Amino acid sequence: MIRPMLGEAWLAMGANRLRTALTMLGMVIGVAAVVIMLAIGQGAQYAVQQTIATMGSNLYIVLSGSFTTSGVRSGAAGGPTLSVADAEAMAELDGVAHTAPVHFGTRQLVYGAQNWNASVIGTTPAYLDARAWTVARGGAFGDSDVRSATRVALLGQTTAQNLFGDEDPVGKTLRIQQSPFIVVGVLAPKGQNLDGRDQDDTVIVPLSTAQRQVFGTPFVGSVRMIMVQADSAEAMPRVADRVESLLRQRHRLREGQPNDFFMRNLSAAAESEAATTRTMSILLGAIASISLLVGGIGIMNIMLVSVTERTREIGIRMAIGARQKDILSQFLLESVMISFAGCLLGLLIGLAVALGINAITGMVIVISGSAALIAFGVAATVGIFFGWYPARKAARLDPIEALRYQ
Amino acid sequence: MASEVIRVCGLGKSYVTAAGPFAALREVNLRVEAGDYLAIMGPSGSGKSTFMNLLGCLDTPTVGDYILVGDNVAHLDPDALARLRNRVLGFVFQGFNLLPRMSLRDNVALPLVYAGVDQDERRQRALQLLDKVGLARFADSLPSRISGGQQQRVAIARALINRPQLILADEPTGNLDSQTSEEIMRLFGELNAEGITIVLVTHEADIAAHARRQVRFLDGHLISDQLTAARA
Repeated sequence: MIRPMLGEAWLAMGANRLRTALTMLGMVIGVAAVVIMLAIGQGAQYAVQQTIATMGSNLYIVLSGSFTTSGVRSGAAGGPTLSVADAEAMAELDGVAHTAPVHFGTRQLVYGAQNWNASVIGTTPAYLDARAWTVARGGAFGDSDVRSATRVALLGQTTAQNLFGDEDPVGKTLRIQQSPFIVVGVLAPKGQNLDGRDQDDTVIVPLSTAQRQVFGTPFVGSVRMIMVQADSAEAMPRVADRVESLLRQRHRLREGQPNDFFMRNLSAAAESEAATTRTMSILLGAIASISLLVGGIGIMNIMLVSVTERTREIGIRMAIGARQKDILSQFLLESVMISFAGCLLGLLIGLAVALGINAITGMVIVISGSAALIAFGVAATVGIFFGWYPARKAARLDPIEALRYQ
Repeated sequence: MASEVIRVCGLGKSYVTAAGPFAALREVNLRVEAGDYLAIMGPSGSGKSTFMNLLGCLDTPTVGDYILVGDNVAHLDPDALARLRNRVLGFVFQGFNLLPRMSLRDNVALPLVYAGVDQDERRQRALQLLDKVGLARFADSLPSRISGGQQQRVAIARALINRPQLILADEPTGNLDSQTSEEIMRLFGELNAEGITIVLVTHEADIAAHARRQVRFLDGHLISDQLTAARA
C-alpha cells in the first residue's frame, strides 16, 4: 500500500514542480535558519563554558584599593595596600581552598636571538591550584622557590611557541629584564579568557623573584591582587564576608572608614555571561522556529489549493474504491514528503552556511546531532500538523459532489 | 433461476433544499438478475442520476432497502461502501475520468491498489485487460495521447479489473461520435455475453436498444420496465 502511494505522491509533486519547489522553500529556509541559529547559539554557549572551565571555579579576586595621598586619589589597584601576609592569613579562613598573591605586568622575554613581550605573573604555587592549571611538560616550582626567590619560570603555551619554536624549553635559560631564568615547565593550554585575551601568552615566576628581579617593586611583600578560591559555590558568600572582615581588621580600618580593597566575584561574571548566551541561544532558536512555522503554513496553503484542484481526481478515486483513510494518507504523505525533502535540503544548506560562517569569521559553531534530529522531528510534525487539515478535507469530500466538480 | 445482483425495495431519496424537502426518488422497486443488461432512461431531473448514485454505493437512501449481491447497502458505513465499489462494482463515466498524470496501465491498475494487490499482479492484470480492449500497445502512454473512444475503452478496462459482478455505466457514449459509440456498445455486449451484469444510463433510444431491458424514470418514479422489443 505505501509503495504505490509514495510513487503517487512523487508524481503529484512532480506535476507542478515550481509550486512544489516554492512550497519546499519555506521549509528549507525554516530548517536552515534553525540549524544555523542553533549552531551559532550553541557555539557561543560552548565558547563561554570553555572559558569558564579554564578560568577556575569559585574564584574571588581581591584588588588593592585606592588610597589618598595629599588629596590625590590613586584609583583602583593604584597602590599596594594588600600584602603577602594578608594572603597567608586568608588561607587560614574556614571555607577558603587556596589563596595566591599575584603581581603582574608585561615584560620583554629574550631567548637567544628571539624576543617576545608577554604577561609576567609573579605568584605562589597555590595560583595553579586555584586556576586548575596543570603543567604539561617539566614541573611546577614550589613554595621553597618563592621563599628563596629562585629564578625559575613556567611558560604558557603561546610564550613557549614564540620563544622556543619546536625546541623543548624545559631546562633552557631565558632572560627577563636582563635576569636569567631557568624554564622548569610548560603549562597546559587554556585558550582565551572572557575578555578574549590569550591566557597562554604568559610566564609564571615565583612572586618574590618577580618583585625583586622583574618589577623592582619598592615594597617587597605588598601585592596588588590576591586570588581567593572558595571550597564550593555555596561557601562563596560566607568566604566574601570573612575575607572582608579579616582585611578590615588587618588593615586597621575604623568603623565608617571605606575599604581600601575591592572584591570581585569572577565566577558570578562568568555565570552571568553563560546565562546571557543561553538566553541569546533560545532567542535565536525561537526566531528561527517562527520561519519554520511560516513554512508549515505555506505547506498547508498549497495543500488546500491542491485538494481543491484535484477534487475530481478524489471523486474518481473514491468511485473506484478508495476509502476515506486512503485519501487522507495520500494527501498527508504528500505534505510530509514535501516537508521532509525541504527539511533535508534545509539541513544541508544550514550546515553549509554554519561551516561557512565558521570558516570566514572564525566564530565558534557547534553542530550537534540532536539539533539535526530536532529539526527533522519538527519538520515531520509540521508536515503532519499542517497537512492534516487539507488531507481531512479531501477525505471528507462527498464522492458525488467531487465527481461532478469541474 | 439466475442469482440476484440487485434488489431494490421501496427506495426513496429526499434532499433538504432552501425551498423545503425535495424527493428526488420515490418508492422505487427493481430486481436485476445476474447476467442481465439494463438501460435506465428518462429526462433530466427524472431521478435516474440519483438512482445511479444509490446503485453505485456513492450515496445512501433516505428510505427503503438496496440489496447488492446479498448485502443491504442502506446501512453500511463509508468504508464498507468503498469496499463494495472496489470489489463488486465497476464504474464507467461519460467523461471517462482517467487520471491525467498516470499511464494507462497505472490507471487501469488503480482499483487494485485500493484492494491491496501487489505490484507484479497489478501490472500483469492491467496489461491483460488493456489487451482485452485492444490497447495494450499504449500501456505506458498518458491518457491525453489517445482518442476519446480509446479512453473510454481504458475506463472500461479499469472497471473490469477487480472482476466485478456489476458494471454501472453513466452515459458512457455521451461524449463520443456515433461510430465510436457503436464500438463501445459492442464491447458492452461482449462483456454481457461473458456473464457480467450491466446497468447503463442513457437518454438515447438507439443506445438503450442494446440492452435487454429498459426502465424509465419520470419525476422520481420508476414508470416502466420492459424488455427491449428487438431482442424480446
